[in-house]
Amino acid sequence: MEVQEFKGTANYIVSEDLRNSVNVSITLGRPLLIKGEPGTGKTMLARSIAEGLGLKLIIWNIKSTTKAQDGLYVYDTVQRLYDSQFGDHDVSDISQYIKMGKLGEAFLSDNPVVLLIDEIDKADLEFPNDLLWELDMMSFYIPETGVTVTAKHRPIVIITSNAEKELPDAFLRRCIFHYINFPEPEMMVNIINVHHPHLEDKLIHEAMEAFYWIRTLNGLQKKPSTSELLDWVQALTVGGVSLDKIRREIPLLGVLLKKNQDFDVILSRLRTQSTNKTKTRSHSLWG
Amino acid sequence: MFVNFFYELKRTGVPVSLTEWMTLMEALSKGLAFSSLSGFYHVARAVLVKSETHFDSYDIAFQNYFKGIETPVDVVEQALEWLKNEIPPLMISPEERKMFQDWDLDKLRRELEERLKNQDGEHHGGSNWIGTGGTSRFGHGGYNPAGVRIGGQSLNRSAVKVAAERRYRGYRSDETLGVRQFEVALRKLRQLTSRDEGLKDELDLDGTIDATCKNAGRLELVWDRSRKNNMKVVLMMDSGGSMDPYIDLCSQLFTAVNRSTHFKDLKFYFFHNCFYDDLYLHPSCTSRSAIKTYDVLHNLNPEYRLIIVGDASMAPSELTMVGGAIDWDVMNNEPGLVWLERVVKHFKHAVWLNPVPSQWWDVHRYYGAYTINLVRKLFPMFELTLDGLELAIKRLKVKF
Repeated sequence: MEVQEFKGTANYIVSEDLRNSVNVSITLGRPLLIKGEPGTGKTMLARSIAEGLGLKLIIWNIKSTTKAQDGLYVYDTVQRLYDSQFGDHDVSDISQYIKMGKLGEAFLSDNPVVLLIDEIDKADLEFPNDLLWELDMMSFYIPETGVTVTAKHRPIVIITSNAEKELPDAFLRRCIFHYINFPEPEMMVNIINVHHPHLEDKLIHEAMEAFYWIRTLNGLQKKPSTSELLDWVQALTVGGVSLDKIRREIPLLGVLLKKNQDFDVILSRLRTQSTNKTKTRSHSLWG
Repeated sequence: MFVNFFYELKRTGVPVSLTEWMTLMEALSKGLAFSSLSGFYHVARAVLVKSETHFDSYDIAFQNYFKGIETPVDVVEQALEWLKNEIPPLMISPEERKMFQDWDLDKLRRELEERLKNQDGEHHGGSNWIGTGGTSRFGHGGYNPAGVRIGGQSLNRSAVKVAAERRYRGYRSDETLGVRQFEVALRKLRQLTSRDEGLKDELDLDGTIDATCKNAGRLELVWDRSRKNNMKVVLMMDSGGSMDPYIDLCSQLFTAVNRSTHFKDLKFYFFHNCFYDDLYLHPSCTSRSAIKTYDVLHNLNPEYRLIIVGDASMAPSELTMVGGAIDWDVMNNEPGLVWLERVVKHFKHAVWLNPVPSQWWDVHRYYGAYTINLVRKLFPMFELTLDGLELAIKRLKVKF
């Protein structure tokens, strides 16, 4: 089965850059490594690729305790021990105790799949190195049963990273790399329209002005990201906030900011701004 | 093909390998660059560059290599080259505007192609040829309500121009940085705790089960080394005076270090310019928060990793003279250099992070460079940037 070209989907806006990178990785059969600020839709990308190409998506969520072996297969020795002690099973066939991991599942699938290895940087430093061979050769060996598992179709592998740890060079050499930029305002309007199609232009405009203003401020510990803007826009509509208040007071700030100190920064900036405004107004009255 | 581009990349500091280069050749042979320069720009970057910190270097290399190269570019790209050198926007009167009111797009396109054929170079400020600032129907920065806009906000920008914008400058790792990046860098100190030292005092559950099963059900315990971090860190920060311009940077580092919970122990001390008999527990460096430097050295064993943050820029007397301390109520019986040497000898691992950029460490460029160089003789000194911090952490791992 020939995998077609990825063109994006109706509910995920993809930049031309990113679309090209995805297609390069699909054509060359190499994993695509995605980095970018939190909230720029790294995980959503894999979903969108799967949906756009009509393929099944397999997600392997990486945690700090995940080992490369977990993704291949697990040999359930405890179950075998139980079975042998109670004697109601034939335990001589080890293969019934071999459980496939996410990578193994992707290899054995009858149709091509999209495999998302999410937040690979969470795992141990050696984790990516342990997967080199498997991702290169698309096969692995199970010594317990003497079976080699080979991918029926090369899965489309998408890997995301939050740059918490540096990834090993040998691993990077085998990947196609893409860095998702923070969306420009025009792109952001498209993204908002996709998620909340029936909003007034004025509301979006006001909210965007306030949002990008906040992002330009120095000294924030965590800048608000796309997903927070989407929540905020929704909160503004539900809360029925009047339009002229949005930029002046930034209501429902808690949706955008998650740190106490950031709150103080914004509030003090708003306060100085409004006093400045009244000052200039009084000046003009005198002048 | 483009072999020199490979070397240009190496020269500007992008770590490309032959494997990646062969991958790029494969991509090109499969037509992934769509035979255009901007296509090539994106494909080559996706395949060759593996970190956003190198995007800027890539842009520079790309600019150097492809600048002025004759490529069979499409209409727009060539026109863009001509538009590069702009003149200020032109205003137009309402009478003149009337002239442009009737036009049709197809005719305009044909005209554009024709003019491209006849025009042989850049042209600015006229009314006919493609250029900027004029009233020709083709170009940008000019005014023609019935014209074709080329460049500016258009999506079809030439790759060289995109590269010339250097949009990824902000991601360079030798630029100064934020708290989170500091934290990420500091986590590397965790690597120091190896798993081959220490007692095997933790029950390895999986190992025990495996061994027991292999043992046909007879219990066999497997022990493993616990994976706690043994790293102990002491941070001494210069506070006040010449450090004021770097307060933001230092407080970011301070927050990052403070948040790094993975150290076994973490101590903070402050000093002003140089330390003598006393160190301080509070950045204000008042006598109320003073603590004897000797006591500190006694309490902290040499296994502590010492990180000093300071600009090392002061009057030379503060380092070389008895009684040279900057604060009048501090009377030092030994010159600052003696104290620095005492501390560096006590801690086997010590580094000095300097917020002053390293190109200023030259005596001829910066007044404080004289003392910087005195301190550098004792401490390995690094710039307070992400790259500098990483080098410093590497240095903390080796004994000297």
